[in-house]
Amino acid sequence: MMQAQDLLRLKEIARRTRRLIIESVAEAGSGHPGGSLSAVELVVALYFHKMRHDPKNPKWEDRDRFILSKGHAAPLLYAVLAQAGYFPIEELKTLRKLGSMLQGHPDFRTPGVEYCAGSEGIGLSVGIGLALAAKLDGKGYRTYVLLGDGEMQEGQVWEAAMAAVKYRLDNLTAIVDRNGIQQDGLTENIMPLEPLAAKWKAFNWNVIQIDGYDFEQIIDAYNKAEETLNRPTVIIAHTTKGKGVSFMEWSPQWHGQAPKKEQVSKILEEMGLL
Amino acid sequence: MSKASKKMGDMRTGYGEELAELGSMRKDVVVVGADTTQSLKTSLFGYKFPERFFNIGIAESNAVSIAAGLALAGKIAFVSTYAAFIPGKCVDQIRNAIAYPNLNVKIVASHAGLSVGPDGASHQQVEDIATMRVIPNMKVLAPADEYSTRRLVFVMAESSGPCYMRLARPKSPVVYEDDARFAIGSSNILRDGSDVAIIACGLMVAEALDAADILAEEGISCRVIDMYSIKPIDSDAIVKAARDTGAIVTAEEHNIIGGLGSAVAEVVCEHAPCIMKRVGVKDTFGESGEHEELLAKYGLKARDIASAAREAVRAKQRIDSR
Repeated sequence: MMQAQDLLRLKEIARRTRRLIIESVAEAGSGHPGGSLSAVELVVALYFHKMRHDPKNPKWEDRDRFILSKGHAAPLLYAVLAQAGYFPIEELKTLRKLGSMLQGHPDFRTPGVEYCAGSEGIGLSVGIGLALAAKLDGKGYRTYVLLGDGEMQEGQVWEAAMAAVKYRLDNLTAIVDRNGIQQDGLTENIMPLEPLAAKWKAFNWNVIQIDGYDFEQIIDAYNKAEETLNRPTVIIAHTTKGKGVSFMEWSPQWHGQAPKKEQVSKILEEMGLL
Repeated sequence: MSKASKKMGDMRTGYGEELAELGSMRKDVVVVGADTTQSLKTSLFGYKFPERFFNIGIAESNAVSIAAGLALAGKIAFVSTYAAFIPGKCVDQIRNAIAYPNLNVKIVASHAGLSVGPDGASHQQVEDIATMRVIPNMKVLAPADEYSTRRLVFVMAESSGPCYMRLARPKSPVVYEDDARFAIGSSNILRDGSDVAIIACGLMVAEALDAADILAEEGISCRVIDMYSIKPIDSDAIVKAARDTGAIVTAEEHNIIGGLGSAVAEVVCEHAPCIMKRVGVKDTFGESGEHEELLAKYGLKARDIASAAREAVRAKQRIDSR
């Protein structure tokens, strides 16, 4: 069980992360708020509770690795990295602007970014490469890959699902941000993914389903993944696209549209952040 | 004076044996395959170093992306199958997962060009030089024979960042003696001459040497350059050839669009405009047939190169006599 104090701390970081996402995307004038807001708790729990990492030494060899395969959620990753201390929070204002270290999709010019995702469906395979190298080098670091649910329509995800089991990659954890929405609408209308857990089970992964906003469930799942031997774990986190902003929730329209600057204070007020 | 000998070599054997040798020298070398590891001879590395050898099956996009992950963790990752599949099937993964982050992944593909013969057009990759050449950070190599393939394995391993090397399927004439030197961005003059320069890569180098023999009998003095490094390309050698001879012919087992001929033309027209002819597959798909039959049908034999060279020399003379 988590200490109540830890839980409060994580909740506070999550609230601040949502605020930074809204502010940075509004400032940029473009970007993907929906899928950034939906996965906040999943990523905050990794960087502020679970992962071994050192913002002062981003290339530390034994650090755990996080790959944001759904690269369009870059504003989320940047907000978390900044709060963790990889770079000043002020930098978030430069998101998507010419000359910025904060590219529209993750890029190595940002300290702490492990992989330049953007083209969907590749990240889990890259995570396999990292996990294989860890085993080869006898290193204990773990690799976490956050996938979008729409991303699983890419066939390569299932190629990777096969390969991770072949190599018994118990040091690899996939996290699915199951918010049910992609750019054109509901995933189940565009190209149905269900029964999703059964698919991963059929590929012989250890499957855990959780509420993607309950920190205790999230951390419990990360711990169980670490304890599971000889096979990889996938955590299917049930989430809500646009979580926290009433008019963005469950709205495909907010997959890739920035709020206007004049909307920001209203949004923050509604979220209880003003 | 270099000449295509009757001795034959095998690029894939050269690749596989040197890769295994490289593996004994460097512990950070890993190899990723996609079910064709016996054919590519990467299995030789696999027998020696099973823990550093990953056969990902018939899933090329996955294989190149896993290679990217291994390189991210500090490995030198070689990934190989037939050119029809890598790069053919996974240009996106090569671009985004390997070239954009400038990772140390070496892509070595065999059965490039028409050399896969009877398998037909689906397997005859005549676009790979073009697709790899236009990706930033990517280097592109096309060795002429087994010996140069062997040397380039080590050259690639010593260079940082991504590299693509294309190999041919069939046994091929030995072009090099044991003392030749290779470097990325360099080329080798195999025969000097003053009337026309033939710039070739891959199996076309041996054809170019035969073409030079044909032309010599007609009194045409021909320089033959093995342009095994297509990107970066040896601009100095091209400019010098243009200035020395005033007539350049390129020869490649690749689409005439976007490959070696285009790369040479880019240098020539910017720095030393001269008469130029390109020998290659004329923007068409191939078909089933023996490799030699296909080379003849698609105009890639020594006689075709010689004929392009004659035309170039005549065109140059017409301009000179004006």
